[in-house]
Amino acid sequence: MKEVKIKTRNLTLFYGEKMALNSITMDIPEKEVTAFIGPSGCGKSTFLRTLNRMNDLIPNVRITGEVLVDSLNIYDKQIDVVNLRKKVGMVFQKSNPFAKSIFENVAYGPRINGINQKSKLEEIVETSLKKAFIWEEVKDRLNNSAMALSGGQQQRMCIARTLAVEPEIILMDEPASALDPISTAKIEELIFELKKSYTIVIVTHNMQQAARVSDLTAFFYLGELIEFGKTKKIFTTPDKKHTEEYITGRFG
Amino acid sequence: MSKQKSITGGLFIGATAFSAFLIIAVIIILLVVIINGGKGTFSWEFLTAFPEDGMMKGGIFPAIYGTVLLVLIMSVAAVPFGTITAIYLTEYAHEKSIMAQTIRFAVRTLATVPSIIFGLFGLGFFIKFVGTGMDDVFLGGQLKWGQPNILWASLTMALLTLPVVIVSVEEAIRTVPREMREASLALGATKWETIKRIVLPGSRSGIMTGTILAVSRGAGEVAPILFTGAAYYLATLPTSLSDQFMNLGYHIYIMATQSANVDQTLPIQFATTMVLLMLTFLLNLTAVIIRSRLRRKAK
Repeated sequence: MKEVKIKTRNLTLFYGEKMALNSITMDIPEKEVTAFIGPSGCGKSTFLRTLNRMNDLIPNVRITGEVLVDSLNIYDKQIDVVNLRKKVGMVFQKSNPFAKSIFENVAYGPRINGINQKSKLEEIVETSLKKAFIWEEVKDRLNNSAMALSGGQQQRMCIARTLAVEPEIILMDEPASALDPISTAKIEELIFELKKSYTIVIVTHNMQQAARVSDLTAFFYLGELIEFGKTKKIFTTPDKKHTEEYITGRFG
Repeated sequence: MSKQKSITGGLFIGATAFSAFLIIAVIIILLVVIINGGKGTFSWEFLTAFPEDGMMKGGIFPAIYGTVLLVLIMSVAAVPFGTITAIYLTEYAHEKSIMAQTIRFAVRTLATVPSIIFGLFGLGFFIKFVGTGMDDVFLGGQLKWGQPNILWASLTMALLTLPVVIVSVEEAIRTVPREMREASLALGATKWETIKRIVLPGSRSGIMTGTILAVSRGAGEVAPILFTGAAYYLATLPTSLSDQFMNLGYHIYIMATQSANVDQTLPIQFATTMVLLMLTFLLNLTAVIIRSRLRRKAK
Protein backbone atom coordinates (compact mmCIF):
# COMPACT_ATOMS: atom_id res chain seq x y z
CA MET A 1 0.00 0.00 0.00
CA LYS A 2 1.27 3.40 -0.98
CA GLU A 3 1.35 6.33 1.36
CA VAL A 4 -1.91 8.05 2.27
CA LYS A 5 -2.31 11.46 0.61
CA ILE A 6 -5.80 12.47 1.70
CA LYS A 7 -7.53 11.37 4.88
CA THR A 8 -11.06 12.22 5.87
CA ARG A 9 -12.37 11.65 9.37
CA ASN A 10 -16.12 11.66 10.08
CA LEU A 11 -16.71 14.23 7.39
CA THR A 12 -20.33 15.37 7.52
CA LEU A 13 -21.83 18.03 5.32
CA PHE A 14 -25.19 19.79 5.47
CA TYR A 15 -26.87 21.89 2.79
CA GLY A 16 -29.04 23.97 5.10
CA GLU A 17 -31.02 21.34 6.99
CA LYS A 18 -30.34 18.52 4.57
CA MET A 19 -27.51 16.14 5.32
CA ALA A 20 -25.59 15.47 2.11
CA LEU A 21 -22.64 13.55 3.52
CA ASN A 22 -22.82 11.36 6.58
CA SER A 23 -19.62 10.81 8.51
CA ILE A 24 -17.27 9.82 5.70
CA THR A 25 -13.96 8.31 6.78
CA MET A 26 -11.52 7.17 4.13
CA ASP A 27 -7.84 7.15 3.16
CA ILE A 28 -6.88 8.04 -0.40
CA PRO A 29 -3.42 6.79 -1.38
CA GLU A 30 -0.74 8.75 -3.17
CA LYS A 31 -0.15 8.43 -6.95
CA GLU A 32 -3.05 6.14 -7.59
CA VAL A 33 -6.42 6.67 -9.19
CA THR A 34 -9.35 6.55 -6.80
CA ALA A 35 -12.82 6.48 -8.38
CA PHE A 36 -16.06 7.56 -6.70
CA ILE A 37 -19.16 5.85 -8.04
CA GLY A 38 -22.79 5.87 -7.05
CA PRO A 39 -26.20 7.01 -8.29
CA SER A 40 -26.98 10.71 -8.90
CA GLY A 41 -27.38 12.66 -5.68
CA CYS A 42 -25.38 10.15 -3.63
CA GLY A 43 -22.92 12.83 -2.55
CA LYS A 44 -19.88 11.76 -4.55
CA SER A 45 -19.44 15.13 -6.28
CA THR A 46 -20.13 16.98 -3.06
CA PHE A 47 -17.50 14.87 -1.34
CA LEU A 48 -15.00 15.56 -4.11
CA ARG A 49 -15.60 19.28 -3.76
CA THR A 50 -14.88 19.19 -0.03
CA LEU A 51 -11.34 18.03 -0.84
CA ASN A 52 -10.31 21.42 -2.26
CA ARG A 53 -12.96 23.42 -0.43
CA MET A 54 -14.95 24.35 -3.52
CA ASN A 55 -18.06 23.99 -1.37
CA ASP A 56 -16.97 27.14 0.44
CA LEU A 57 -18.53 29.07 -2.44
CA ILE A 58 -21.99 27.70 -1.77
CA PRO A 59 -23.99 29.50 0.92
CA ASN A 60 -25.55 27.53 3.80
CA VAL A 61 -23.04 24.71 3.71
CA ARG A 62 -21.96 23.41 7.10
CA ILE A 63 -19.13 20.94 7.50
CA THR A 64 -17.96 18.94 10.49
CA GLY A 65 -15.18 16.39 10.75
CA GLU A 66 -11.75 16.60 9.21
CA VAL A 67 -10.07 16.49 5.81
CA LEU A 68 -6.32 16.00 6.04
CA VAL A 69 -4.11 16.55 3.02
CA ASP A 70 -0.53 15.52 3.80
CA SER A 71 -1.67 15.31 7.45
CA LEU A 72 -2.80 18.96 7.52
CA ASN A 73 -6.45 19.69 8.28
CA ILE A 74 -7.57 21.80 5.34
CA TYR A 75 -10.55 23.17 7.27
CA ASP A 76 -8.26 24.60 9.91
CA LYS A 77 -8.50 28.38 10.23
CA GLN A 78 -4.76 28.71 9.60
CA ILE A 79 -5.01 27.13 6.16
CA ASP A 80 -4.75 29.42 3.16
CA VAL A 81 -7.43 28.14 0.80
CA VAL A 82 -5.66 29.69 -2.20
CA ASN A 83 -2.55 27.62 -1.55
CA LEU A 84 -4.66 24.55 -0.92
CA ARG A 85 -6.29 24.87 -4.35
CA LYS A 86 -2.90 25.23 -6.01
CA LYS A 87 -1.94 21.94 -4.46
CA VAL A 88 -5.29 20.26 -5.08
CA GLY A 89 -6.29 21.04 -8.67
CA MET A 90 -9.68 20.37 -10.17
CA VAL A 91 -11.07 19.43 -13.58
CA PHE A 92 -14.79 19.99 -14.01
CA GLN A 93 -17.59 18.06 -15.65
CA LYS A 94 -18.25 20.71 -18.25
CA SER A 95 -15.05 21.92 -19.86
CA ASN A 96 -14.75 25.53 -18.81
CA PRO A 97 -12.09 27.37 -20.79
CA PHE A 98 -11.78 31.09 -20.24
CA ALA A 99 -12.70 33.35 -23.14
CA LYS A 100 -9.00 33.79 -23.85
CA SER A 101 -6.40 32.26 -26.12
CA ILE A 102 -5.15 28.71 -25.52
CA PHE A 103 -1.85 30.14 -24.34
CA GLU A 104 -3.48 32.53 -21.89
CA ASN A 105 -5.73 29.79 -20.55
CA VAL A 106 -2.81 27.58 -19.62
CA ALA A 107 -0.69 30.51 -18.47
CA TYR A 108 -3.48 31.75 -16.19
CA GLY A 109 -2.39 29.83 -13.10
CA PRO A 110 1.33 30.61 -13.44
CA ARG A 111 0.50 34.26 -14.05
CA ILE A 112 -1.52 34.62 -10.86
CA ASN A 113 1.42 33.01 -9.11
CA GLY A 114 3.51 35.93 -10.28
CA ILE A 115 5.32 34.38 -13.24
CA ASN A 116 5.41 37.02 -15.96
CA GLN A 117 8.58 36.22 -17.85
CA LYS A 118 7.54 35.35 -21.38
CA SER A 119 10.11 32.56 -21.93
CA LYS A 120 9.26 30.92 -18.62
CA LEU A 121 5.55 31.03 -19.40
CA GLU A 122 6.12 29.57 -22.86
CA GLU A 123 8.04 26.73 -21.29
CA ILE A 124 5.30 25.99 -18.75
CA VAL A 125 2.56 26.16 -21.38
CA GLU A 126 4.43 23.77 -23.67
CA THR A 127 5.21 21.22 -20.95
CA SER A 128 1.67 21.32 -19.59
CA LEU A 129 0.08 20.89 -23.01
CA LYS A 130 2.47 18.02 -23.75
CA LYS A 131 1.59 16.31 -20.48
CA ALA A 132 -2.08 16.62 -21.39
CA PHE A 133 -1.47 15.05 -24.84
CA ILE A 134 -2.75 18.04 -26.73
CA TRP A 135 0.42 19.89 -27.69
CA GLU A 136 0.61 18.44 -31.19
CA GLU A 137 -2.97 19.48 -31.93
CA VAL A 138 -2.66 23.08 -30.80
CA LYS A 139 0.99 24.07 -31.04
CA ASP A 140 0.40 26.10 -34.24
CA ARG A 141 -2.56 28.02 -32.88
CA LEU A 142 -1.73 28.85 -29.30
CA ASN A 143 -2.99 32.38 -29.80
CA ASN A 144 -6.39 31.30 -31.08
CA SER A 145 -9.36 31.38 -28.76
CA ALA A 146 -9.76 28.27 -26.63
CA MET A 147 -13.49 28.46 -27.27
CA ALA A 148 -12.86 27.30 -30.84
CA LEU A 149 -11.50 23.91 -29.72
CA SER A 150 -13.67 20.80 -29.78
CA GLY A 151 -15.19 19.56 -26.51
CA GLY A 152 -12.57 16.88 -26.02
CA GLN A 153 -9.73 19.25 -26.82
CA GLN A 154 -11.17 21.83 -24.45
CA GLN A 155 -11.25 19.27 -21.68
CA ARG A 156 -7.64 18.22 -22.26
CA MET A 157 -6.65 21.88 -22.38
CA CYS A 158 -8.41 22.37 -19.04
CA ILE A 159 -6.35 19.47 -17.69
CA ALA A 160 -3.20 21.15 -19.04
CA ARG A 161 -4.32 24.36 -17.34
CA THR A 162 -4.62 22.50 -14.06
CA LEU A 163 -1.19 20.86 -14.54
CA ALA A 164 0.43 24.25 -15.16
CA VAL A 165 -0.07 25.13 -11.49
CA GLU A 166 1.92 21.99 -10.55
CA PRO A 167 -0.64 20.44 -8.21
CA GLU A 168 0.00 17.23 -6.31
CA ILE A 169 -3.59 16.06 -6.40
CA ILE A 170 -6.04 16.33 -9.30
CA LEU A 171 -9.75 16.06 -8.62
CA MET A 172 -11.85 15.18 -11.66
CA ASP A 173 -15.59 15.62 -11.57
CA GLU A 174 -16.98 13.40 -14.35
CA PRO A 175 -14.38 14.76 -16.77
CA ALA A 176 -15.55 12.70 -19.74
CA SER A 177 -19.31 12.64 -19.25
CA ALA A 178 -19.94 15.19 -21.99
CA LEU A 179 -17.49 13.70 -24.48
CA ASP A 180 -17.68 11.24 -27.36
CA PRO A 181 -16.05 7.77 -27.02
CA ILE A 182 -12.83 8.75 -28.80
CA SER A 183 -12.29 11.83 -26.67
CA THR A 184 -13.18 9.77 -23.62
CA ALA A 185 -10.55 7.19 -24.53
CA LYS A 186 -7.97 9.97 -24.83
CA ILE A 187 -8.86 11.30 -21.40
CA GLU A 188 -8.63 7.82 -19.88
CA GLU A 189 -5.25 7.26 -21.49
CA LEU A 190 -4.19 10.58 -20.08
CA ILE A 191 -5.35 9.65 -16.57
CA PHE A 192 -3.29 6.49 -16.82
CA GLU A 193 -0.22 8.52 -17.67
CA LEU A 194 -0.83 11.19 -15.05
CA LYS A 195 -1.08 8.82 -12.12
CA LYS A 196 2.66 8.26 -12.32
CA SER A 197 3.16 11.74 -10.94
CA TYR A 198 -0.15 12.79 -9.43
CA THR A 199 -2.73 11.54 -6.99
CA ILE A 200 -5.99 11.40 -8.91
CA VAL A 201 -9.53 11.30 -7.58
CA ILE A 202 -12.23 10.87 -10.18
CA VAL A 203 -16.00 10.97 -9.94
CA THR A 204 -17.72 9.01 -12.66
CA HIS A 205 -21.14 7.81 -13.67
CA ASN A 206 -19.64 5.33 -16.04
CA MET A 207 -18.81 2.09 -14.26
CA GLN A 208 -16.73 0.66 -17.07
CA GLN A 209 -14.68 3.81 -16.86
CA ALA A 210 -14.16 3.36 -13.13
CA ALA A 211 -13.18 -0.26 -13.73
CA ARG A 212 -10.75 0.71 -16.49
CA VAL A 213 -8.91 3.66 -15.00
CA SER A 214 -8.97 3.30 -11.24
CA ASP A 215 -6.92 1.39 -8.70
CA LEU A 216 -9.42 1.94 -5.91
CA THR A 217 -13.14 2.44 -6.00
CA ALA A 218 -15.49 3.98 -3.44
CA PHE A 219 -19.22 3.39 -3.66
CA PHE A 220 -21.46 6.12 -2.27
CA TYR A 221 -25.15 5.87 -1.58
CA LEU A 222 -27.43 8.48 -0.01
CA GLY A 223 -24.54 10.46 1.42
CA GLU A 224 -22.80 7.47 2.93
CA LEU A 225 -19.67 5.65 1.95
CA ILE A 226 -20.93 2.11 1.52
CA GLU A 227 -17.79 0.36 0.42
CA PHE A 228 -14.22 1.29 -0.45
CA GLY A 229 -11.48 -1.00 -1.70
CA LYS A 230 -9.41 -2.26 -4.60
CA THR A 231 -11.26 -1.72 -7.86
CA LYS A 232 -10.81 -5.33 -8.85
CA LYS A 233 -12.42 -6.54 -5.67
CA ILE A 234 -15.28 -4.03 -5.74
CA PHE A 235 -16.18 -5.05 -9.26
CA THR A 236 -15.87 -8.80 -8.74
CA THR A 237 -16.55 -9.72 -5.15
CA PRO A 238 -17.92 -6.74 -3.26
CA ASP A 239 -18.61 -7.22 0.44
CA LYS A 240 -21.85 -5.30 0.53
CA LYS A 241 -25.03 -6.35 -1.19
CA HIS A 242 -25.83 -2.75 -2.11
CA THR A 243 -22.56 -2.39 -4.00
CA GLU A 244 -23.16 -5.55 -5.91
CA GLU A 245 -26.67 -4.49 -6.87
CA TYR A 246 -25.45 -1.15 -8.13
CA ILE A 247 -22.55 -2.58 -10.09
CA THR A 248 -24.66 -5.22 -11.73
CA GLY A 249 -27.12 -2.51 -12.71
CA ARG A 250 -30.00 -3.62 -10.56
CA PHE A 251 -30.58 -0.03 -9.44
CA GLY A 252 -29.04 3.35 -10.07
CA MET B 1 -69.62 32.61 -33.91
CA SER B 2 -66.72 32.11 -36.25
CA LYS B 3 -67.67 35.16 -38.26
CA GLN B 4 -67.91 37.30 -35.16
CA LYS B 5 -64.58 35.96 -33.97
CA SER B 6 -62.89 36.70 -37.24
CA ILE B 7 -64.23 40.28 -37.16
CA THR B 8 -62.93 40.79 -33.62
CA GLY B 9 -59.65 39.24 -34.66
CA GLY B 10 -59.40 41.47 -37.68
CA LEU B 11 -60.15 44.54 -35.60
CA PHE B 12 -57.49 43.57 -33.13
CA ILE B 13 -54.86 43.07 -35.83
CA GLY B 14 -55.87 46.41 -37.33
CA ALA B 15 -55.57 48.17 -33.97
CA THR B 16 -52.12 46.77 -33.25
CA ALA B 17 -50.87 47.56 -36.74
CA PHE B 18 -52.24 51.08 -36.43
CA SER B 19 -50.47 51.62 -33.07
CA ALA B 20 -47.21 50.38 -34.50
CA PHE B 21 -47.63 52.58 -37.56
CA LEU B 22 -48.43 55.58 -35.35
CA ILE B 23 -45.11 55.26 -33.56
CA ILE B 24 -43.18 55.12 -36.82
CA ALA B 25 -45.19 58.04 -38.16
CA VAL B 26 -44.41 60.16 -35.09
CA ILE B 27 -40.70 59.52 -35.53
CA ILE B 28 -40.79 60.30 -39.21
CA ILE B 29 -42.78 63.51 -38.73
CA LEU B 30 -40.41 64.54 -35.95
CA LEU B 31 -37.36 63.98 -38.12
CA VAL B 32 -38.87 65.67 -41.17
CA VAL B 33 -39.89 68.75 -39.20
CA ILE B 34 -36.51 69.04 -37.50
CA ILE B 35 -34.43 68.45 -40.60
CA ASN B 36 -36.63 70.75 -42.68
CA GLY B 37 -36.32 73.54 -40.16
CA GLY B 38 -32.63 73.10 -39.54
CA LYS B 39 -31.07 72.13 -42.84
CA GLY B 40 -30.77 75.70 -44.10
CA THR B 41 -28.71 76.69 -41.07
CA PHE B 42 -26.76 73.49 -40.59
CA SER B 43 -23.26 73.73 -41.99
CA TRP B 44 -19.66 73.06 -41.05
CA GLU B 45 -19.40 76.64 -39.90
CA PHE B 46 -22.48 76.25 -37.71
CA LEU B 47 -20.71 73.42 -35.90
CA THR B 48 -17.38 75.18 -35.50
CA ALA B 49 -18.24 78.85 -34.90
CA PHE B 50 -19.21 80.79 -31.81
CA PRO B 51 -22.65 82.43 -31.54
CA GLU B 52 -22.77 86.03 -32.79
CA ASP B 53 -24.99 89.07 -32.57
CA GLY B 54 -26.51 88.24 -29.19
CA MET B 55 -26.87 84.62 -30.36
CA MET B 56 -29.08 85.63 -33.29
CA LYS B 57 -26.47 84.33 -35.71
CA GLY B 58 -23.34 82.21 -35.82
CA GLY B 59 -22.67 78.68 -34.65
CA ILE B 60 -22.98 76.51 -31.59
CA PHE B 61 -19.44 75.22 -31.13
CA PRO B 62 -19.22 76.12 -27.40
CA ALA B 63 -22.45 74.21 -26.73
CA ILE B 64 -21.13 71.09 -28.50
CA TYR B 65 -17.80 71.39 -26.70
CA GLY B 66 -19.50 71.87 -23.34
CA THR B 67 -21.82 68.91 -23.86
CA VAL B 68 -18.96 66.60 -24.82
CA LEU B 69 -16.88 67.76 -21.88
CA LEU B 70 -19.86 67.32 -19.54
CA VAL B 71 -20.46 63.70 -20.54
CA LEU B 72 -16.74 62.89 -20.43
CA ILE B 73 -16.28 64.11 -16.87
CA MET B 74 -19.59 62.51 -15.95
CA SER B 75 -18.43 59.13 -17.31
CA VAL B 76 -15.11 59.35 -15.50
CA ALA B 77 -17.09 59.70 -12.29
CA ALA B 78 -20.09 57.45 -12.93
CA VAL B 79 -18.56 54.43 -14.68
CA PRO B 80 -15.91 53.39 -12.13
CA PHE B 81 -18.23 54.16 -9.22
CA GLY B 82 -21.14 52.30 -10.80
CA THR B 83 -18.95 49.35 -11.76
CA ILE B 84 -17.54 49.02 -8.25
CA THR B 85 -21.06 49.16 -6.80
CA ALA B 86 -22.21 46.47 -9.23
CA ILE B 87 -19.23 44.28 -8.29
CA TYR B 88 -20.06 44.66 -4.63
CA LEU B 89 -23.72 43.79 -5.20
CA THR B 90 -23.07 40.73 -7.33
CA GLU B 91 -19.85 39.33 -5.92
CA TYR B 92 -19.50 40.31 -2.30
CA ALA B 93 -22.87 41.18 -0.77
CA HIS B 94 -25.18 38.36 0.18
CA GLU B 95 -28.30 38.55 -1.93
CA LYS B 96 -30.57 38.88 1.10
CA SER B 97 -28.35 40.94 3.36
CA ILE B 98 -29.75 44.21 4.67
CA MET B 99 -26.84 46.06 3.06
CA ALA B 100 -27.50 44.69 -0.44
CA GLN B 101 -31.23 45.23 -0.19
CA THR B 102 -30.72 48.78 1.01
CA ILE B 103 -28.38 49.53 -1.91
CA ARG B 104 -30.78 48.01 -4.41
CA PHE B 105 -33.65 50.01 -2.96
CA ALA B 106 -31.55 53.17 -3.18
CA VAL B 107 -30.58 52.47 -6.79
CA ARG B 108 -34.20 51.86 -7.78
CA THR B 109 -35.31 55.01 -6.02
CA LEU B 110 -32.52 57.04 -7.59
CA ALA B 111 -33.71 55.93 -11.01
CA THR B 112 -37.21 57.30 -10.43
CA VAL B 113 -36.27 60.65 -8.91
CA PRO B 114 -37.27 63.51 -11.27
CA SER B 115 -34.18 65.03 -12.85
CA ILE B 116 -34.88 68.53 -11.56
CA ILE B 117 -34.48 67.15 -8.03
CA PHE B 118 -30.96 66.09 -8.97
CA GLY B 119 -30.32 69.65 -10.09
CA LEU B 120 -31.49 70.99 -6.73
CA PHE B 121 -29.46 68.37 -4.90
CA GLY B 122 -26.37 69.32 -6.90
CA LEU B 123 -26.91 72.97 -6.01
CA GLY B 124 -27.41 72.22 -2.33
CA PHE B 125 -24.80 69.51 -1.89
CA PHE B 126 -22.00 70.08 -4.39
CA ILE B 127 -22.10 73.88 -4.69
CA LYS B 128 -23.35 75.10 -1.33
CA PHE B 129 -21.89 72.37 0.85
CA VAL B 130 -18.81 70.86 -0.83
CA GLY B 131 -17.84 73.87 -2.98
CA THR B 132 -18.33 76.53 -0.34
CA GLY B 133 -16.63 74.25 2.16
CA MET B 134 -13.62 73.90 -0.14
CA ASP B 135 -13.47 77.68 -0.58
CA ASP B 136 -13.58 78.23 3.17
CA VAL B 137 -10.93 75.63 3.93
CA PHE B 138 -8.46 76.09 1.07
CA LEU B 139 -9.03 79.61 -0.24
CA GLY B 140 -9.93 81.46 2.94
CA GLY B 141 -13.47 82.14 1.83
CA GLN B 142 -12.59 83.43 -1.63
CA LEU B 143 -15.28 82.38 -4.09
CA LYS B 144 -14.11 79.76 -6.57
CA TRP B 145 -15.76 76.37 -6.10
CA GLY B 146 -18.89 77.56 -4.32
CA GLN B 147 -20.62 78.48 -7.56
CA PRO B 148 -21.95 76.61 -10.59
CA ASN B 149 -19.27 75.01 -12.77
CA ILE B 150 -18.69 72.09 -15.09
CA LEU B 151 -17.35 69.82 -12.35
CA TRP B 152 -20.45 70.11 -10.16
CA ALA B 153 -22.73 69.81 -13.18
CA SER B 154 -20.91 66.66 -14.33
CA LEU B 155 -21.03 65.09 -10.87
CA THR B 156 -24.73 65.88 -10.59
CA MET B 157 -25.28 64.27 -13.97
CA ALA B 158 -23.19 61.31 -12.84
CA LEU B 159 -25.58 60.74 -9.93
CA LEU B 160 -28.49 60.78 -12.33
CA THR B 161 -26.92 58.22 -14.66
CA LEU B 162 -25.48 56.01 -11.93
CA PRO B 163 -28.47 53.62 -11.82
CA VAL B 164 -28.14 53.02 -15.57
CA VAL B 165 -24.49 52.06 -15.17
CA ILE B 166 -25.08 49.90 -12.09
CA VAL B 167 -27.95 47.97 -13.64
CA SER B 168 -26.20 47.21 -16.95
CA VAL B 169 -22.91 46.22 -15.31
CA GLU B 170 -24.76 44.01 -12.82
CA GLU B 171 -26.57 42.25 -15.65
CA ALA B 172 -23.32 41.75 -17.53
CA ILE B 173 -21.55 40.35 -14.46
CA ARG B 174 -24.35 37.86 -13.92
CA THR B 175 -23.89 36.51 -17.44
CA VAL B 176 -20.32 35.37 -16.66
CA PRO B 177 -20.80 31.62 -16.10
CA ARG B 178 -20.23 30.17 -12.65
CA GLU B 179 -18.03 27.49 -14.25
CA MET B 180 -15.47 30.12 -15.25
CA ARG B 181 -15.30 31.57 -11.76
CA GLU B 182 -14.89 28.06 -10.36
CA ALA B 183 -12.14 27.29 -12.87
CA SER B 184 -10.27 30.39 -11.81
CA LEU B 185 -10.69 29.72 -8.09
CA ALA B 186 -9.68 26.09 -8.53
CA LEU B 187 -6.42 27.28 -10.07
CA GLY B 188 -5.64 29.09 -6.87
CA ALA B 189 -6.83 32.55 -7.81
CA THR B 190 -8.24 34.73 -5.07
CA LYS B 191 -11.70 36.16 -5.36
CA TRP B 192 -10.33 39.55 -6.37
CA GLU B 193 -8.02 38.03 -9.00
CA THR B 194 -11.00 36.15 -10.39
CA ILE B 195 -13.04 39.33 -10.59
CA LYS B 196 -10.21 41.27 -12.17
CA ARG B 197 -9.11 38.67 -14.72
CA ILE B 198 -12.29 36.76 -15.51
CA VAL B 199 -15.44 38.55 -14.38
CA LEU B 200 -14.63 42.10 -15.47
CA PRO B 201 -13.22 41.18 -18.91
CA GLY B 202 -16.29 39.02 -19.41
CA SER B 203 -18.47 42.01 -18.60
CA ARG B 204 -16.70 44.48 -20.90
CA SER B 205 -19.56 44.81 -23.33
CA GLY B 206 -21.99 45.38 -20.47
CA ILE B 207 -19.80 48.08 -18.98
CA MET B 208 -19.51 49.64 -22.43
CA THR B 209 -23.26 49.53 -22.94
CA GLY B 210 -23.86 51.06 -19.54
CA THR B 211 -21.42 53.84 -20.31
CA ILE B 212 -22.95 54.68 -23.65
CA LEU B 213 -26.49 54.57 -22.31
CA ALA B 214 -25.43 56.87 -19.49
CA VAL B 215 -23.68 59.19 -21.93
CA SER B 216 -26.63 59.49 -24.26
CA ARG B 217 -28.90 60.13 -21.30
CA GLY B 218 -26.45 62.69 -19.92
CA ALA B 219 -26.13 64.43 -23.28
CA GLY B 220 -29.86 65.00 -23.45
CA GLU B 221 -30.78 65.96 -19.89
CA VAL B 222 -31.01 69.65 -19.04
CA ALA B 223 -32.69 69.89 -15.66
CA PRO B 224 -29.73 68.64 -13.57
CA ILE B 225 -27.36 71.25 -15.00
CA LEU B 226 -29.73 74.23 -14.83
CA PHE B 227 -28.52 75.33 -11.41
CA THR B 228 -25.20 73.56 -11.34
CA GLY B 229 -23.12 74.87 -14.22
CA ALA B 230 -24.79 75.53 -17.58
CA ALA B 231 -24.37 79.07 -18.85
CA TYR B 232 -26.58 81.20 -21.06
CA TYR B 233 -23.70 82.49 -23.13
CA LEU B 234 -19.92 82.35 -22.80
CA ALA B 235 -17.42 84.09 -25.01
CA THR B 236 -14.70 81.54 -24.22
CA LEU B 237 -14.54 77.80 -23.85
CA PRO B 238 -14.22 76.33 -20.34
CA THR B 239 -10.57 75.71 -19.53
CA SER B 240 -10.82 74.64 -15.91
CA LEU B 241 -13.14 72.47 -13.84
CA SER B 242 -14.30 75.62 -12.08
CA ASP B 243 -15.54 77.23 -15.32
CA GLN B 244 -19.13 77.27 -16.47
CA PHE B 245 -20.05 75.80 -19.83
CA MET B 246 -22.62 75.91 -22.61
CA ASN B 247 -24.76 72.90 -23.42
CA LEU B 248 -26.81 71.82 -26.43
CA GLY B 249 -30.03 71.00 -24.60
CA TYR B 250 -29.86 74.14 -22.52
CA HIS B 251 -29.04 76.14 -25.64
CA ILE B 252 -32.24 74.97 -27.32
CA TYR B 253 -34.19 75.90 -24.21
CA ILE B 254 -32.84 79.43 -23.96
CA MET B 255 -33.07 80.05 -27.69
CA ALA B 256 -36.72 79.10 -27.54
CA THR B 257 -37.64 81.04 -24.40
CA GLN B 258 -35.06 83.71 -23.58
CA SER B 259 -33.95 84.93 -26.98
CA ALA B 260 -34.55 88.55 -28.00
CA ASN B 261 -36.40 87.35 -31.07
CA VAL B 262 -37.60 83.79 -30.83
CA ASP B 263 -38.94 83.61 -34.39
CA GLN B 264 -35.69 84.81 -35.88
CA THR B 265 -33.67 82.14 -34.02
CA LEU B 266 -36.04 79.33 -35.01
CA PRO B 267 -33.65 77.92 -37.67
CA ILE B 268 -30.84 77.88 -35.08
CA GLN B 269 -33.09 75.98 -32.67
CA PHE B 270 -33.91 73.40 -35.31
CA ALA B 271 -30.31 73.02 -36.37
CA THR B 272 -29.18 72.67 -32.73
CA THR B 273 -31.81 70.00 -32.18
CA MET B 274 -30.49 68.23 -35.26
CA VAL B 275 -26.98 68.29 -33.84
CA LEU B 276 -28.14 66.94 -30.49
CA LEU B 277 -30.02 64.14 -32.22
CA MET B 278 -27.05 63.27 -34.40
CA LEU B 279 -24.75 63.27 -31.41
CA THR B 280 -26.88 60.78 -29.47
CA PHE B 281 -27.41 58.73 -32.61
CA LEU B 282 -23.66 58.55 -33.25
CA LEU B 283 -23.03 57.58 -29.63
CA ASN B 284 -25.52 54.74 -29.84
CA LEU B 285 -24.09 53.62 -33.15
CA THR B 286 -20.60 53.53 -31.63
CA ALA B 287 -21.98 51.49 -28.76
CA VAL B 288 -23.51 48.97 -31.13
CA ILE B 289 -20.28 48.66 -33.14
CA ILE B 290 -18.08 48.24 -30.07
CA ARG B 291 -20.42 45.64 -28.62
CA SER B 292 -20.59 43.55 -31.76
CA ARG B 293 -16.79 43.66 -32.07
CA LEU B 294 -16.36 42.54 -28.49
CA ARG B 295 -18.84 39.74 -29.00
CA ARG B 296 -17.09 38.54 -32.12
CA LYS B 297 -13.76 38.65 -30.31
CA ALA B 298 -15.17 36.67 -27.40
CA LYS B 299 -16.17 33.87 -29.79
